[in-house]
Amino acid sequence: MARKKKLAMLPQGSEWTLPAITEYDEAIGEVAQRYRLDCYPHQLELISAEQMMDAYASIGMPLYYHHWSFGKHFLANENRYRRGQMGLAYEIVINSDPCIAYLMEENTLTMQALVIAHAAYGHNSFFKGNHLFKQWTSADAIVDYLVFAKNYIANCEERYGEETVERLLDACHALSNLGVDRYKRSPKLSLEKEKGRQKEREDYLQAQVNDLWRTLPPALEKKAVKAEKHFPEEPEENLLYFIEKSAPLLEPWQREIVRIVRKIGQYFYPQRQTQVMNEGWACFWHYTLLNTLYDEGRLSDGFMFEFLQSHTSVIYQPPYNSKWYSGINPYALGFAMWTDIRRICEQPTDEDRAWFPDIAGSDWRETFDFAMTNFKDESFIAQYLSPKLMRDFRFFAVLDDDQRAKLKIDAIHDERGYRELRQQLSDQYNLGSREPNIQVWDVDFSGDRSLTLRLFSYMRRPLHESYDAVLDHMATLWGFTVRLEAVAEDGSVVPIAERMAEKRHHG
Amino acid sequence: MTVRIIDRRFDSKNKSSVNRSRFIRRFKGQIRKAVADAVSKRGIRDIDNGEKISIPGHDIAEPQFSLDHGGVWGQVHPGNDRFTSGEEVDRPLGGSRGRGKGAASKDGEGMDDFAFTLTRDEFLDIFFDELALPNLVKRQLAKVEEYKRVRAGFTSTGVPTNISLTRTMRGAAGRRIAIGGPYAAQLRTLEKTLEELLLTRADDDPEVEALRREIAVLRARIAAIPFIDTFDLRYNNRIRVPQPTTQAVMFCLMDVSGSMDEAKKNIAKRFFMLLYLFLDRNYERIDVVFIRHHTSAEEVDEDAFFHSRESGGTVVSSALEMLRDIIRERYASGSWNIYVAQASDGDNWNDDSPRCRELLTETILPACQYYAYIEVTDGAPQNLWEEYERLAASYPDHFAMQRIGNVADIYPVFRDLFRKRA
Repeated sequence: MARKKKLAMLPQGSEWTLPAITEYDEAIGEVAQRYRLDCYPHQLELISAEQMMDAYASIGMPLYYHHWSFGKHFLANENRYRRGQMGLAYEIVINSDPCIAYLMEENTLTMQALVIAHAAYGHNSFFKGNHLFKQWTSADAIVDYLVFAKNYIANCEERYGEETVERLLDACHALSNLGVDRYKRSPKLSLEKEKGRQKEREDYLQAQVNDLWRTLPPALEKKAVKAEKHFPEEPEENLLYFIEKSAPLLEPWQREIVRIVRKIGQYFYPQRQTQVMNEGWACFWHYTLLNTLYDEGRLSDGFMFEFLQSHTSVIYQPPYNSKWYSGINPYALGFAMWTDIRRICEQPTDEDRAWFPDIAGSDWRETFDFAMTNFKDESFIAQYLSPKLMRDFRFFAVLDDDQRAKLKIDAIHDERGYRELRQQLSDQYNLGSREPNIQVWDVDFSGDRSLTLRLFSYMRRPLHESYDAVLDHMATLWGFTVRLEAVAEDGSVVPIAERMAEKRHHG
Repeated sequence: MTVRIIDRRFDSKNKSSVNRSRFIRRFKGQIRKAVADAVSKRGIRDIDNGEKISIPGHDIAEPQFSLDHGGVWGQVHPGNDRFTSGEEVDRPLGGSRGRGKGAASKDGEGMDDFAFTLTRDEFLDIFFDELALPNLVKRQLAKVEEYKRVRAGFTSTGVPTNISLTRTMRGAAGRRIAIGGPYAAQLRTLEKTLEELLLTRADDDPEVEALRREIAVLRARIAAIPFIDTFDLRYNNRIRVPQPTTQAVMFCLMDVSGSMDEAKKNIAKRFFMLLYLFLDRNYERIDVVFIRHHTSAEEVDEDAFFHSRESGGTVVSSALEMLRDIIRERYASGSWNIYVAQASDGDNWNDDSPRCRELLTETILPACQYYAYIEVTDGAPQNLWEEYERLAASYPDHFAMQRIGNVADIYPVFRDLFRKRA
């Protein structure tokens, strides 16, 4: 149809203009549609470097409640940026509907096009398709929820004092990495519901908690103790959830704030679970979309040079002994894996046929959508990391056991090592094994109401000493003594630390 | 696909300012200490800038439950260049190059000092806080200089209300003369020729006709020169100049005898800084003269003033004599406002104190705007203090003195000074 007419060269030069950006966006969008990328509508926002730093400080969110820690991040970024130690990320993209992508004013036109392809089409389609995002985040409600959270917390500050709220937020932030449901499904967030039900929930929760802690008449007490079982009945891995629902001394507004921090933490959890997939997906698509445009003669060689220069530096993987090495670059691994999956679909070797009988020779777009929709980093790697990639990256697995004098090379990129290597790399992206497994184990209901947390040790990995400060926060929230004990793999229980709550929070 | 492009660059910039000020409020203790360190390092004249400070990273860490090194960790690395399966290798991996990183991460991230930049306002705010300045004074000191607009000749661009009529008309007249001048000269000669011609020729002679035509053309040309042109417009020009228009000199006098230790000097330094800040707000140009003394006085630069140590006894009058001489030599004219700030620990030769009072009353105080004396000491007042006290009574507007145990005591010395200007 109108394709012929559009085949003219897209605007060139390094200075961007709004019409030029619109033209690029249309052209990229048209190619994306041909590739059947399913995206939320998007919104491009041009911002200055300072605004980018603002956005950084609040995890990219357009608005956020106030807390000193965001100020700290802002100051740190500002300082590094001013001294030229850090370039700002080219883009921030927000998982919302419409999907918001920030374009920084200092970028060249080429970079803007790259960002549009990467964020507004790449990340955007991932947000819309991946099951974790679908399940845990509701893109249409997040901005409204943030507005609600910001206003609610601002109101609390007005009513109860900034410092009181700040202390509470400190405590919640300290627990936020263990404030997520790793395996459960979540109900959807929505502003309407939140507002409507917040009051109701407050009353209900308080009633429940009160019930839980009702002082029983002495005569009944004995019987009650017998009848009562372990509380919680099942250990609870979501510490913030447990606090919100069961901490005896919290006021309703305090529970609501715990809930806000928990909800927002949960919202970001899928991003941490799918970093390799998500970044790789976005890199694959900006690469593919822009190359398609180039093949059609719509981009100049100059554009491609600049684009490839920044593309290759983003997906560069330094070897382990380089001074630039700081672990595996998720962009590099992700991009390589998606590219490799396409290769397996289109030009499978005998090895690929043996390893990936299901997808070798299949339609790559369908395979892509299936993989993008149904996996997270851990399972994605376990499923799709091919021997060829392990050879290309020259991966090797090192076992670091502090009881042995030397490191052991467990597996390398050879026939014997592929499966082991793949398993280990997959485990490396399992957040569950990267973070301590601490669960609420017991509440001493009939006694001093103390709370016992249990650390289930895995591979003898010790807790970082920061647990000390975190326990203080936990005790503040719980209101009574909090204990932390470790369970070794052989089942023995060792107490680690105990905190008395200093002050009980009454009214 | 619907797409919106929104230009947000001109939206509010300082979304983080609330968070920023909360951060500063929360760690005021640490920041104040860092500011105090910074103050002792910077010069008196730099007090009015922002400052890069750093506070211990440990204090501001955001703790979370996390795993530490130790136990068993499997890790996949890229770029194998030498290892085979089952091989055992020394720690750390990658030899010496990896070591630096390992050592750094052992301390844990974020345990390094946290460095950031305070803006000028934030810096001054904390500096003032320590000095316990009243708010009114803080505001007065922190405010940026005011400007006033003064006439500064004329320009050829501007707004209509600023048109200077006389200048414009003068310019227009000049232009008319300049452009019309040659025509007028030509006209005069032609008219003269015509007159002479008419004496001999008839009125309708072709030559006369031609001359008349030529004259008419010239007249038209002269008439066509515009009376006023945009080119002639002149506007009154006004420029902004800083409001304070006078100059001041500030003398810093300090006793550097053995009994003045670093802590006392640091207190004295803040005293000098505060006076400098005050003067900086009120005068356009400030000279600072540093005079240090023990038994004899000398004029030094700022660095030597604060950082070198001397020992020996104290003769305050030596400094006052030097002060008097410098005033006479360099700042004698009435165009200088003279401020003196003297810091000492109160020691002086007994016989010297009356001499000091004499010097002050006879030559120095009459020339001074303000003379502030602080005694940094915990002990009982000595003779210099007693002599000065007698002075204070007779010069209540010019002379202030204060015994100082800590920096918050400094402000009362300046109270009158600030009240007068506020």
